[in-house]
Amino acid sequence: MSLFIIVALPFLGALLPGLMNTAGRAACAGVTFTVTAAALIGLLTNAPAVLSGQVVTAGFEWLPLLGLNVTLMLDGLGFFFACLILGIGLLIITYARFYLSRDDNMGEFFTYLLLFQGAMVGIVLSDNILLLLVFWELTSLSSFLLIGYWKHLPEGRQGARMALTVTGMGGLAMIGGMLMLGQIAGSYDLSVILQNREAIQESPLYLPALILILLGCFTKSAQFPFHFWLPHAMAAPTPVSAYLHSATMVKAGIFLMARMWPVLSGTPEWFVIVTTAGLVTMVLGAVIALFKHDLKALLAFSTVSHLGLITMLLGTGTAFGAMAAVFHILNHATFKAALFMSAGIVDHEAHTRDIRRLGGLRRLMPVTFVIATLAALSMAGIPLLNGFLSKEMMLEEAWRTELYGAPWLVPALATLGSLFSAAYCFRLIGHTFLGPVRDDYPARPHDPGAGMWLPPAILVVMVVVIGIAPFLAEPFVKLVTASVLGEAAEVPKAYFKIWHGLVPALYMSIAAVVGGLIVMAIFAPMLRLWDAAPRPEAKAIFDRLIAAVVRLAERIALPLHNGAFTRYGAVFAVTVFVVGYYAWSTGTVGPATRAPQPADPVAIAGWLMLVAATLGMVFLHRNRLLSLILIGIVGLMVSVGFVFFSAPDLAMTQITVEVVTIILLLLALNFLPNRTPIESTVLHRTRDAVVSVAGGLAATALAYHYLLRDAVVTPISEFHLANSYKGGGGTNVVNVILVDFRGFDTFGEIIVLGIAALLIYALTEALLNGPVRARLLNRLPDQPRAGDMHPMMMVILTRVTMPVVLMVGFFIFLRGHNEPGGGFIAGLVVSIAVVMQYMASGFGWASARLRYPYHGIIGTGVLIAGLTGIGSWFVGKPFMTTDFTYVRIPPFNEFELATAMLFDLGVFLTVVGAVMLSLESFSRLARRAHMPDVEHPMDIDPSRGDPPVASVPTPAKEGV
Amino acid sequence: MMHWIIAPVMLPALLAPFIVLAARHHIGIQRVMSLAGVIALIGIAAGLAVQAADGTVTLYQTGDWAAPFGIVLVGDRLSTIMVLLTAVLAFFVLLYAIGSGWDDRGRHFHALFQFQLMGIMGAFLTGDLFNLFVFFEVLLIASYGLMIHGGGNTRLRAGVQYVLFNLLGSTLFLFALGSIYAETGTLNMADLAQRATLIGADATVGIRVAAVLLLLVFAIKAAVVPLHFWLPSSYAEAPGPVAALFAIMTKVGAYAIIRVYTMIFPPQLEATAGLHGTWLLPVALVSVALGAIGVLAARKLDRMVTFSVIGSMGMVLVAISLFTPQGIAAALYYMVHSTLAAATLFLIVDLVRHSRRDMVLGAQPPVAGTALVAGLFFAGAIAMTGLPPLSGFLGKLLVLDAAYDSPLMVWTWALILGASLVNVVGFGRAGSVVFWKAKAVPPSDDAPADAAPPHPLAFVAVGGLLALLVAHTVFAGAVHGYTTRVAAGLFAPSPYVDTVMDTPGKLSESKEGE
Repeated sequence: MSLFIIVALPFLGALLPGLMNTAGRAACAGVTFTVTAAALIGLLTNAPAVLSGQVVTAGFEWLPLLGLNVTLMLDGLGFFFACLILGIGLLIITYARFYLSRDDNMGEFFTYLLLFQGAMVGIVLSDNILLLLVFWELTSLSSFLLIGYWKHLPEGRQGARMALTVTGMGGLAMIGGMLMLGQIAGSYDLSVILQNREAIQESPLYLPALILILLGCFTKSAQFPFHFWLPHAMAAPTPVSAYLHSATMVKAGIFLMARMWPVLSGTPEWFVIVTTAGLVTMVLGAVIALFKHDLKALLAFSTVSHLGLITMLLGTGTAFGAMAAVFHILNHATFKAALFMSAGIVDHEAHTRDIRRLGGLRRLMPVTFVIATLAALSMAGIPLLNGFLSKEMMLEEAWRTELYGAPWLVPALATLGSLFSAAYCFRLIGHTFLGPVRDDYPARPHDPGAGMWLPPAILVVMVVVIGIAPFLAEPFVKLVTASVLGEAAEVPKAYFKIWHGLVPALYMSIAAVVGGLIVMAIFAPMLRLWDAAPRPEAKAIFDRLIAAVVRLAERIALPLHNGAFTRYGAVFAVTVFVVGYYAWSTGTVGPATRAPQPADPVAIAGWLMLVAATLGMVFLHRNRLLSLILIGIVGLMVSVGFVFFSAPDLAMTQITVEVVTIILLLLALNFLPNRTPIESTVLHRTRDAVVSVAGGLAATALAYHYLLRDAVVTPISEFHLANSYKGGGGTNVVNVILVDFRGFDTFGEIIVLGIAALLIYALTEALLNGPVRARLLNRLPDQPRAGDMHPMMMVILTRVTMPVVLMVGFFIFLRGHNEPGGGFIAGLVVSIAVVMQYMASGFGWASARLRYPYHGIIGTGVLIAGLTGIGSWFVGKPFMTTDFTYVRIPPFNEFELATAMLFDLGVFLTVVGAVMLSLESFSRLARRAHMPDVEHPMDIDPSRGDPPVASVPTPAKEGV
Repeated sequence: MMHWIIAPVMLPALLAPFIVLAARHHIGIQRVMSLAGVIALIGIAAGLAVQAADGTVTLYQTGDWAAPFGIVLVGDRLSTIMVLLTAVLAFFVLLYAIGSGWDDRGRHFHALFQFQLMGIMGAFLTGDLFNLFVFFEVLLIASYGLMIHGGGNTRLRAGVQYVLFNLLGSTLFLFALGSIYAETGTLNMADLAQRATLIGADATVGIRVAAVLLLLVFAIKAAVVPLHFWLPSSYAEAPGPVAALFAIMTKVGAYAIIRVYTMIFPPQLEATAGLHGTWLLPVALVSVALGAIGVLAARKLDRMVTFSVIGSMGMVLVAISLFTPQGIAAALYYMVHSTLAAATLFLIVDLVRHSRRDMVLGAQPPVAGTALVAGLFFAGAIAMTGLPPLSGFLGKLLVLDAAYDSPLMVWTWALILGASLVNVVGFGRAGSVVFWKAKAVPPSDDAPADAAPPHPLAFVAVGGLLALLVAHTVFAGAVHGYTTRVAAGLFAPSPYVDTVMDTPGKLSESKEGE
């Protein structure tokens, strides 16, 4: 079967358990089993090729420019691991079917399990190391889900997060390492990398790459000092512990070290780092395991210890060490998975895993007893069981290894590790199964159904068979070893047999077993000693570390983003200033190409007024009305400035805009108290003063600089000046620019205006529909109101001026193309006319006479402008291409008709609609509960003859 | 037909006023029209992308005026791919807005949505800097409207900060445009690219200041630290679908940086040497770091996601600031990912909001039907933190790979990988508290008001975005191949510049006569 299908099957199959969840537990487990079995069979179809020494490959390109391709490779090592993953997977699935209770969501469980399985198979079959990274991180993620499977348990959640953090860190480090490796080798394909041993080991990047990759391996395989996550991962359901955290996932790090062995091993760095980490882990894990009372915790630390053992073997860098490592991986997978499942059985039946509450289970659970005992003895290194064989090889390798110049160090530590290893095995057997039957088990223990004990039993059969007849495993182990070694070394000639003669390893082995028995004999005093000794608690340290990092992050991020806008603004200003200044100071200042214009008294007077008004703003800004007036002065002076520089269009626009803005702002001020309270400290104000003065000076300097210099090439405005009449049909260049040359900009800007109005409307709606409504309705003004709110004089005056103003607007609109004016100004002028009606007669009266909704006017305006632009499509020209002609309709003189005028009409309508909609929205807010809509344009109308008292609130009633 | 290139701007620009004019009281009609418009946009955008795929640069002279005197729209590979991304994103966001009922919680949602699209599309397509300013204004004002859609005190307050900060940005934009025009006498990008090279080495201050001011404007849009302050609260408070649409807005800033600082002020331009080419990378790295710090520090789920957006933009900027074809190619691949991932996550957070009283990261009683949301969140978090199997991981690899030759390689790698870890920790904590810890809390009576699960359409939208992320991953080779070609084109801009500058328009003969 294609390698793709083998890898893809578990992933695709992961969809099924969730789907089959409603069909029952058996169906759910059944499909999972079938999927795994199919993948295993598929794998086995490749067995003949692999066993004959071939490497099966498959691949296609994924991200070729990066070098990340889906290339798979099946050699001895990959085959071995894939068999372990899928084979043990089958047993675990069977076991889990009976282990999980009815309350557990089995579909979810098996989905995660299959995801994990696929990722794991992916790791061992990857030829591309980046692809391997993908699968690597996937195992971390699926392990996160599986550890946290029992979501209600805090241990599960914390364990899951810890595992994800630690292995995630390793994974990320490994990304760096793998990328470096690929850069050195020039390819991310293992087949290439493995050929480049010399190049890689000579590269200056070798050490960083090695450290980063080993970080990944060590975290995944729980090597010291990253071993602490594994015991906490035991919060997962037991099948997960047996599968991920003993047989497969934690071996991924080992696998990778084996995979990379030909290129990375053999250097002093590799030897020292890997061997040391392995040795320390082995001894430490074994010692801690001895004193753990929770069966799964004991097994977890024993797993840590055994992973350390394998790591150490790989670290020695010899072919024999590698072979021993491969053999021990196989053996460990068999006995440890069996032990975990046995522990799960005990937990399942006795409802406790605490060794102190167990004992005497031998008679109550004979089948479990046999399975667990055989597996534990194998782990202890008792002859005729497979653990003995690989442990002997390990001790032999240790005997030959010299670390830090001390030849005794490695053998002594290896023996010590084995000693504790034997001791905890004995404790496991002795304290759980032997001894008298107790009568205080939480539940009445008995052997489970065959579904639960058969899977570990099958493994134990392998333990015994390999133990008695090691030659059966020898060819396979050597085949795997050969693929580990690659071309870096020859497979050792050593034979697998039980009796090697009186070699040092045998004495060390005997010492370990005997020592283990002695430790068991004096276990009680040792436990007291252990409990009394101060030990660093890894989880507490880890939690404290994370908490400290979180606190640090909070201390940085939270005050920084506390919503103080003045500071955000200050940061903005300072950033702009600093960056701008840097750019300025690193450049060269060219000579001035223009002379400054003379400053005549009028200009100076205007300038002084501008400055005075601005300064006044700074000091008087707490009085809102006053600052509005000052803003008006600034605006007016800007308009005067435009007039002074002969820009009548801009001046007209500016003045009308000023009028409209001031009116709208006055309406808005209506809702605010007239004075702003002092909220800033002197320090804040000083800071703001410094920042704003610096910003102002910088802006001035920049403007001055540009004013004295010509552009590097003639500005495009020369073209506009030259062609405005010829191409745009208008002598008013500003208007032609607005509606023709750059009409597209204008189109965008009127849309901005329209949106702003819609926004004000939507905002008003939101306010009026919310809790603010009541406040608005019942608020009392803080200033006395006029008694006659709609005075006759004003009504009459505005009514009289309205046609005049409308006429002016029309005139300005029409002349726009050739003389100062245009749709924008006309729109503002007309708006002012209408606004005055609102002011004079009140909102209620005016809006009752409104025939066209302002929304519609805005929409129509934008549509007219847009459709005018599109109109040119029909004559085969691009958007907004204008045309103009001169017509004569008697009795008028000849006049011009330009399509741009239609566009200007759109501008006009949008402006009118936008201004009026904003005004209308403000007015809606201004309405109050005790102010009924007026039916008449004037409050006091002598011609009406009725006393207006009832509807008009008196100042006394309304006042302060 | 020659007008297609302006259609992505004009279609929403006409649809929106039409909705205001004719359908402002009928949410049903608005929905149909808005959806139809977006679907048409996808079609048009796809057509444009196909047209540009072989490197063709399509020029559109509005008003028939030749560049640099009129405004031109230019469709090249970069802009069309951004337009297509926007259209596709808008479709799913709109589906969600309709499905979740968000569009009916205030006025004018669909009109503002279309105007917003018009602004974004215009910003991607325009070839003129001042016109870019106009479109920035359009998208800013429309986005402000969308942001405060539905009202509420905190949202309005966040909205004020949003619009104020961005108005500061707009003001700065005007300063920058004024400086550039004073210095070069033009605003057309292609023309600028030619004129910038004419500036002598003895008078560089003007153009240098102009270049950095413009960069700062775009940096605000792209939420680069320390100009990112507008983003966290506004994205967190914005309605879910709006925040999702905003995922493309930060990319407008990134796009503008790519466009302007590869074509007008490329790293080899002597007048602006030693500015963005040197300083953008460290700043982007700070963004990456601060994003991660914020993710860890955030006390609310929605805030956390906004910080991850800052980090994600940091990643984009890191890749851009290498200013190499490889870096830009990685940046573009990552940008697509970042847009989709952020949008997905914002929508998912909005789904979470349905089942909770507030977004504070703490255990709350479980609500039926959250398993699906939890699964979606897991997927979204994987995407955002850049873990396999989704495209964030590939993007990260591409960025790291591109940074290999950078002088700051060690810093870049260490910060990106370290920030990834912090993000993983932050998202892991948040997810386990929000979704798992709820199982340990007894159910309570005061369930949130809108506990009714959202309409299936909302889930379809989220699923669709996730499917896009998957597609972005599966077809990474093709996409990255394309972004590599885009990047190569950006570093050889003469086809773009020549097309814009050499195409005659109305009265062009007089131009030559001058």
